[in-house]
Amino acid sequence: MTKGKIVGLEGSFAVAEAVRMVNADVISAYPITPQTHIVERLAEMVADGELDAEFICVESEHSAMSACVGASAAGARVFTCSAGQGLELMHEVLYIPSSMRLPVVAVVANRALSAPLSVWCDHSDAMAIRDIGWIQMFAENNQQAFDLTVCAYRVAEDKEVLFPAMVHLDGFYLSHVIEDMVMPDDKEVTGFIPEYEHPFVLDPERPVSMGCYGPPFIYSETKKAQEVAFENTKSKIQETWKEFGDVFGRHYSPVEKYRMEDARIALLTMGSSGETAMLAVEELREEGKDAGLISLRLWRPFPFKEFRDAVKDVELLVVLDRAISSGMGGPVCSEVKSALYDKRKKPNIVGFIGGLGGRDIPVKGFKYMVNRALEKVKAIERGEEIETEMIGIRE
Amino acid sequence: MSGEKLGWKDLEIGAVVTEPGSASAYKTGDWRSERPVRENEKCIKCGICYIYCPEACIHEDEEGYFESDLYYCKGCGICAHECPRDVIKMVEEVEE
Ligand code: SF4
Ligand code: SF4
Repeated sequence: MTKGKIVGLEGSFAVAEAVRMVNADVISAYPITPQTHIVERLAEMVADGELDAEFICVESEHSAMSACVGASAAGARVFTCSAGQGLELMHEVLYIPSSMRLPVVAVVANRALSAPLSVWCDHSDAMAIRDIGWIQMFAENNQQAFDLTVCAYRVAEDKEVLFPAMVHLDGFYLSHVIEDMVMPDDKEVTGFIPEYEHPFVLDPERPVSMGCYGPPFIYSETKKAQEVAFENTKSKIQETWKEFGDVFGRHYSPVEKYRMEDARIALLTMGSSGETAMLAVEELREEGKDAGLISLRLWRPFPFKEFRDAVKDVELLVVLDRAISSGMGGPVCSEVKSALYDKRKKPNIVGFIGGLGGRDIPVKGFKYMVNRALEKVKAIERGEEIETEMIGIRE
Repeated sequence: MSGEKLGWKDLEIGAVVTEPGSASAYKTGDWRSERPVRENEKCIKCGICYIYCPEACIHEDEEGYFESDLYYCKGCGICAHECPRDVIKMVEEVEE
């Protein structure tokens, strides 16, 4: 059961529709490719009176996030979006709403980082902000970009959560591609998002100090409180996704599985490449390989339990990273390995780096990774050391 | 209440401080490694130390002499440096 009408929409416009339907009060964003269409569409909606929001034109992403922090502290429902270099310029301020527990919602149209200058997709920008303390989700298609943005508001503003939330969608692959999707009624979405109330807002009648100075005698306690609260958001995220599924008929979970029931080989991806990987899984199955696919929908807080459950019968886990942690290999692969380190029974894990700066990974790219990983497992068994391989590189 | 005894569960969400003006409870005197000590016989009550103290922790007493509030005095030595009569000496703090 899915409610709504089928429309063809690019990912950016789908996100803008979500922001309109949740009735954001303040939008502050600086345009940057490939996120530009989201900002443009929202600016248009505000100018045309379709959305009753304050649109703050800022001179940089640093200011965009700063304005969001201030507006959120004043009790407003806020939105911003960015990508690549812009997200990096915002970096300093990203830590503020998470530690001040302000439910800012942001969308990132993932883009590579310079140099060389690239406006195309990879996950370098996302991986550079792993530790900012925001809830972070990855969308696989435009429907998910819409749904996850709606859910981000409900989760972030929940009284038991009060953390900022970020939705990642692959630049161009989703932001600029028109896909069919189910667009629910305004009323349905508005009804799904309760009134936002923060226990502390900037109010002269009830003065409080926010973002105070934290000397050594208290800083660690504030971080402990933040971290415990952040870990606790996981159950609320799952609860919200369940409720979303009940209303809208589309169900999400922190770790999405495709043909994993009897899989011994699993590919692991994040973002839009999951759909290509599904086709590769089908072809591998036809060739007699018991392959499946795991997509991390929730990236932060990391879904340890669900991930460990998903791979408990897997013998070979093949991880794709669309980013490099220079000198360390692939960041997702490193995290996945550390998540399984304490497990007695764990799969061989082979990481690949690919899809950098907008390089496509076709179906045969995923099949190559699986076949190459099987060879590498033999090398591991011979006691040889294996390195992270970058795929699709010309010699 | 300076917050030094607070545990992590005692903190408000986002470490919000609900007591207005509570910064005055913060003992900046803890930063001090030297304290200002005065020989008031030489003091001409010009008030220069009072004006220059960046912590605004110097007060005038009933006789018109000046003294530093050691709860806040950071021991920067500006008062000693600016005093035209060499009234103030900076003396090293020692563990009691
Ligand atoms: S040492 Fe510095 S802080 Fe202390 S009283 Fe003198 S000027 Fe003020
Ligand atoms: S500056 Fe020196 S002389 Fe002037 S009031 Fe202060 S202590 Fe006295």
